[in-house]
Amino acid sequence: MQWETVIGLEIHTQLATESKIFSGSSTAFGAAPNTQASLIDLGMPGVLPVLNKGAVRMAVRFGKAIGAQVAERSVFARKNYFYPDLPKGYQISQYELPVVGEGVVEIVLEDGSTKTVGVTRAHLEEDAGKSLHEDFHGMTGIDLNRAGTPLLEIVSEPDMRSAREAVAYAKKIHQIVTYIGICDGSMQEGSFRMDANVSIRPKGQVEYGTRAELKNINSFRFLEKAINFEVERQIEVIEDGGRVIQETRLYDASKDETRSMRTKEEANDYRYFPDPDLLPLTIDADFIAEVVASMPELPDARRARFESDYRLSAYDADVLTSSRAQADYYEAVAEAGGDAKLAANWVMGELAAAINKAGLDITESPVDAGSLGQLVARIRDNTISGKIAKDVFAAIWNGEGGADEVIEAKGLRQITDTGAIEALVDEVLAANAEQAENYRSADPAKQPKMLGFFVGQIMKKSQGKANPQQVNELLRKKLG
Amino acid sequence: MHNKTLAELSAALRDGEVSSSELTRHMLQRIKTHNERLNSFVTVTEQLALDQARAADERIAAGQAGPLTGIPIAHKDIFCTRDVRTSCGSRMLENFIAPYDATVVDKLRHAGAVMLGKTNMDEFAMGSSNETSWFGPVRNPWDPETVPGGSSGGSAAAVAARLCAAATGTDTGGSIRQPAALTGITGLKPTYGRCSRWGMIAFASSLDQAGPMTRTAEDAALMLAGMAGFDERDSTSAQRPVDDYASGLNRPIAGVRIGVVREFMGDGLDEGVGASVESALEELKRLGAELVEVSLPNAGLSVPVYYVVAPAECSSNLARFDGVRYGHRCDDPKDLEDLYKRSRSEGFGPEVKRRIMIGTYALSAGYYDAYYLKAQKVRQLIADDFRRAFEQCDLIVGPTAPGTAFRLGEKADDPVSMYLSDIYTIAVNLAGLPGMSIPAAASGGMPVGFQLIGNYFDETRLLNVAHQLQLATDWHRQKPGGFE
Repeated sequence: MQWETVIGLEIHTQLATESKIFSGSSTAFGAAPNTQASLIDLGMPGVLPVLNKGAVRMAVRFGKAIGAQVAERSVFARKNYFYPDLPKGYQISQYELPVVGEGVVEIVLEDGSTKTVGVTRAHLEEDAGKSLHEDFHGMTGIDLNRAGTPLLEIVSEPDMRSAREAVAYAKKIHQIVTYIGICDGSMQEGSFRMDANVSIRPKGQVEYGTRAELKNINSFRFLEKAINFEVERQIEVIEDGGRVIQETRLYDASKDETRSMRTKEEANDYRYFPDPDLLPLTIDADFIAEVVASMPELPDARRARFESDYRLSAYDADVLTSSRAQADYYEAVAEAGGDAKLAANWVMGELAAAINKAGLDITESPVDAGSLGQLVARIRDNTISGKIAKDVFAAIWNGEGGADEVIEAKGLRQITDTGAIEALVDEVLAANAEQAENYRSADPAKQPKMLGFFVGQIMKKSQGKANPQQVNELLRKKLG
Repeated sequence: MHNKTLAELSAALRDGEVSSSELTRHMLQRIKTHNERLNSFVTVTEQLALDQARAADERIAAGQAGPLTGIPIAHKDIFCTRDVRTSCGSRMLENFIAPYDATVVDKLRHAGAVMLGKTNMDEFAMGSSNETSWFGPVRNPWDPETVPGGSSGGSAAAVAARLCAAATGTDTGGSIRQPAALTGITGLKPTYGRCSRWGMIAFASSLDQAGPMTRTAEDAALMLAGMAGFDERDSTSAQRPVDDYASGLNRPIAGVRIGVVREFMGDGLDEGVGASVESALEELKRLGAELVEVSLPNAGLSVPVYYVVAPAECSSNLARFDGVRYGHRCDDPKDLEDLYKRSRSEGFGPEVKRRIMIGTYALSAGYYDAYYLKAQKVRQLIADDFRRAFEQCDLIVGPTAPGTAFRLGEKADDPVSMYLSDIYTIAVNLAGLPGMSIPAAASGGMPVGFQLIGNYFDETRLLNVAHQLQLATDWHRQKPGGFE
């Protein structure tokens, strides 16, 4: 039997607001437990939520980034369930009327073709706190710092057909939310969390199979592994004559497997109803226009602009716009360096290799965009050769100063004075008179290769600083 | 001194006839004398009251007093009061010290009112007789064998027995008006959104509203002015200025069109109460008001609608009382589920549990449309009835409760009969309108409530008509015996 995989994703993005969605508490990560929990976050008797307009602005920005309808009127609802890190006994979320309606994103598949994935909806909600099971013997610690942090839950259509497609979609959403500045994208800190709904069906069948929801996936690599494991598991169940049951499964990265958390029968009845403490959220055209006017350039638009304005290949433009930080860095280098192509080569070549090796993010690079731009400019104006530039780059990386500083300090400026180069040429030819004679009598087809010997000798004598082009020209003239 | 109204006391304080400290000590003494019998206060904040009274006296001496400065009042124990126990009439919060003040408490404190203590109430405001309180029932000062009504029964009894000049209450389905009616005082439930709900422990958020409980309409005007106003911490509070209620009191009411609700004057209404309401109508006519008959055809559905909507909201609002962060926690929980089950089973009384179960059921998958959604639709129909009625009149009147105070225990085991005691008040909460109960002529020696219902944010007219009626009658001046 040929099986087809069907995947839909629910992505929780933590919005990068300064304060929580319904209280004035800070959302900063890593504070001591319960130091960022106000009366509201603690769910004290008598407290009331007040919506943070900044969170709404970010939700609208996402909606407009994926071409979705932004609802004129949306409603906050209570999702009721008991858990110690859920202080009120309900989570304020959106249910029937979400703030962002249907939209689409385009993903690029491995074969270079593109695919459109539908986004069903995106809604605002508050995060829960954290239960801490370590360090408490026979007890559970509750940290409510995270309780009330704004989340935008982005729900896709079941449009993905493989783990790879799911990863491409998740990466695309990650790219969009970080580009438009509504989420820091950090997976370690839980700012970007993914749940996958996975089912299989015989190829050609229209109806969907029964799905399992995979939770606890905190990297793109684990997303791919979890889906692949789950697909294999479901195929095995069905081919062994069994039936897939609707359930929530937890992905265990250490064992690379999914295991059942709860079945549909055990699932909560959340008893959603409109939250009477909050008025329906109304968003007018002016508000949307204001958000659109302040919208940063989106990744797809920026990639297209890189291709046309900087004359970069599609591949280069894609790599350089993969993150907003990368694209910002590149543009700064290109502008300071005055050569877009050369800038691209350096950002994707020497710089990328160095930061990968050091395990750093581009925002943490010891060589800032200004310094690298200066280096590119010095290559372009022939102050240094491309080869010497690598040494200069290493020196900047090691904190020895900016490009010009290093070039001056180390005396790496290229020798372009014709008289000085001619003296070097004469010296080398005089010392190698025999080889010079051989050259002159040699077959013209072999001459270019033989010329390399003299060039090498001269570059060595100049410690690499002689302008190679001038050296070549003078040699040919003198040996001609 | 305690027989003076709030307005009279206010004048006496300003004229130096009495100091707030003297007045406060006097009221505290009265509470000591009478509270054991009434059980209207669950907490008396003696030291705090004396400190506030001293501060009020300084303010009066400095010529910076407002109408409420130095006036001893009581708060229903549903309002959070910083550093003072806030029990909500429940074992669940028997030892809960609130870490903050409710907006209403804060506003009255800033106006200079002196808090004597916190008053008894039905548990989490669920009840119409004050018998569901963990701290025991409140007695009606008019007859200790009868109930004072509920849920603001402690505030009502305290005002009626003149243990305080005024008190705060809350009204979700009649919890200010019905006890006001049964104890012969004046109670006003403002338009939904007029007073902030911040710090008022929620029962049914879309219906709950704070209001004053006083002896006269004039006093209610002064109290409401100190309680009302927009609060950015409550998204449902109204962003509009507070009217000058006191200055509207003396307008003549000749020509005011008063709608009498046909459906409220028929079956189910006690004869004596009906007669008292008729005499109040006669008095209004004598004052030049024009009586018109209006109809609220869907009002009869208000009790069933209310008993879906209010429990649904309460089932969610009371989920936070889980024994995890504050409130009652059972001894030695085995595991999380045991902690939840026993803490809540022990912490809540039977009426609260009943409503949590009704509400949980009404919101459950498969029942939501048939109950909650349907109830919301009917709720809209009820509001539409009022809208149409207000096209024909400026004010609607009728009885507050179907009878006078009933005997303790009489309806305690019959929830439906108990729920029907709010049959005339509930529709007003469902529509979000302001409603008021003032004393009409007593029936069989027991107080009768006359209800006035205004259009949205028209508290000024309610208070005006009530005040004019009180100027012309002495029903509100009757006092229960034994509290001289």
